[in-house]
Amino acid sequence: MLNSYDILETISMIEHENLDIRTITMGISLLDCFDSDIDRAAQKIYDKICRKAARLVETGNAIETEYGIPIIHKRVSVTPISMLASCCESHDYLKLARALDRAAATIGVNFIGGYSALVHKGYAGAEQAFIDSIPEALATTECVCASVNVGTTKSGINMDAVRQMGGIIRRSAELTADRNCIGAAKLVVFCNAPEDNPFMAGAFHGVGEPECVINVGVSGPGVVRAALAKAPDSDLTGIADIVKKTAFKITRMGQLVATEAARRLEVPFGIVDLSLAPTPAVGDSVAHILEEMGLETCGACGTTAALALLNDAVKKGGVMASSHVGGLSGAFIPVSEDAGMIDAARAGVLCIEKLEAMTCVCSVGLDMIIVPGDTSAAVLSAIIADEAAIGMVNSKTTACRLIPAIGKTVGEELAFGGLLGSGPVMPVRTASPEKFIARGGRIPAPLQSLKN
Amino acid sequence: MRAVITVIGSDAVGIIARVSDLCSKKNINILDITQSVLRDLFAMIMLVDISEATASIPELKEALAAIGEEMHLSVHIMHEDIFNSMHRI
Repeated sequence: MLNSYDILETISMIEHENLDIRTITMGISLLDCFDSDIDRAAQKIYDKICRKAARLVETGNAIETEYGIPIIHKRVSVTPISMLASCCESHDYLKLARALDRAAATIGVNFIGGYSALVHKGYAGAEQAFIDSIPEALATTECVCASVNVGTTKSGINMDAVRQMGGIIRRSAELTADRNCIGAAKLVVFCNAPEDNPFMAGAFHGVGEPECVINVGVSGPGVVRAALAKAPDSDLTGIADIVKKTAFKITRMGQLVATEAARRLEVPFGIVDLSLAPTPAVGDSVAHILEEMGLETCGACGTTAALALLNDAVKKGGVMASSHVGGLSGAFIPVSEDAGMIDAARAGVLCIEKLEAMTCVCSVGLDMIIVPGDTSAAVLSAIIADEAAIGMVNSKTTACRLIPAIGKTVGEELAFGGLLGSGPVMPVRTASPEKFIARGGRIPAPLQSLKN
Repeated sequence: MRAVITVIGSDAVGIIARVSDLCSKKNINILDITQSVLRDLFAMIMLVDISEATASIPELKEALAAIGEEMHLSVHIMHEDIFNSMHRI
């Protein structure tokens, strides 16, 4: 029989330390939904999502009940819609966004990702016009998430797209100013975007992906923190070891749920994303893990080193626990979604520059950062460019999810509610990068790209 | 299919009786049972076979939760594979 200690440990992880499966995300290819008539394309999109994901929520709920492990989200990601949009004669792309939103409502998922464009080397077809439709699409739909990939290590950074995205982020916030600028929270700008990411808002179903696939994202910052709390005097080698063992256990849970969901839905299993994804709930914070390691506050000197250790150990522990690992896989640092980061930002210890340094060693980027409402489009573009450069040079994914708090300034707060959390408006350097951004063009791919 | 029923809380008269009574009524075979006191808490762990059970897992969950509430205990039923996958390679 199973060891009692192990059984009680698992139950304690779920009951007291917020262990959960963060998301089961079904990736659905829309390659057979192309149509020059936009209404017909919208109908095909709606029909296909509803057909493929009809049992997704019900299956997720059944696994949750039978196995006793909470599964927080069931979501869908689709082929980047810009590809379908380029084929349409009409430019009224909002019809496609509404089709996604209607499908999400019908099947009962809370987010659907893929109102996306991959323009890292340049615009093709109607991609530029499609990106212009993002702010309105996000403002007029509930569940649709958008993402744009503006750079890769192989291709460099498309600075025309970077320039455009600064304006798109501002516009997304402005159009939803009466709803805490929520539009900008549903928009991610990537460099090296992964094609099998199950996490929102950046999930989309890449063009190299199969027809339909199940990807799972695990979570469990609280479990890691609780494990570290039991070893107050361990050196950092010991800390890394504890994180690895804990990440292994968490990931095994993800693997089990992923294979079971794939079997029941008769869809291939794609990947498990080994991520420590925080929530604003107490005891579910990545910042608190870093503080458990011995930092007074997240953002203090030493934070980058602590995060590097954590991120690496999570991967090392998780990789053996799953047959296929993918997505973002690492520790997330979304400021407004992490109780410890919110406190650190409020105290002024955690600043954007420190977060930027942290993104060099963690899995994502500048995530859920609230900036002053008067931050110019050029400054937003420059922040995106900096972040994309880090991703490009280090051959890793980086992203920006910045929320200009329209009408607010440093010292005030924005509250999204739910898992998106809340946070203080953080100060941004306002010296103008206008001319640099206005130049446009493409930052050439770095030497690191020449691996052949 | 095998599941694990756990009962955690302060010790009281009749805990095992109540849970095993429910198992018998729902045609659940008890395969193994252990109990211990960990950190002042009573912990009873029961491995059961529910393949012939006359109630579904959600129904069992509800019935066990009701016992738990009545006796001020935390009672869970979970698929055995959760523990196997997490603790065995």
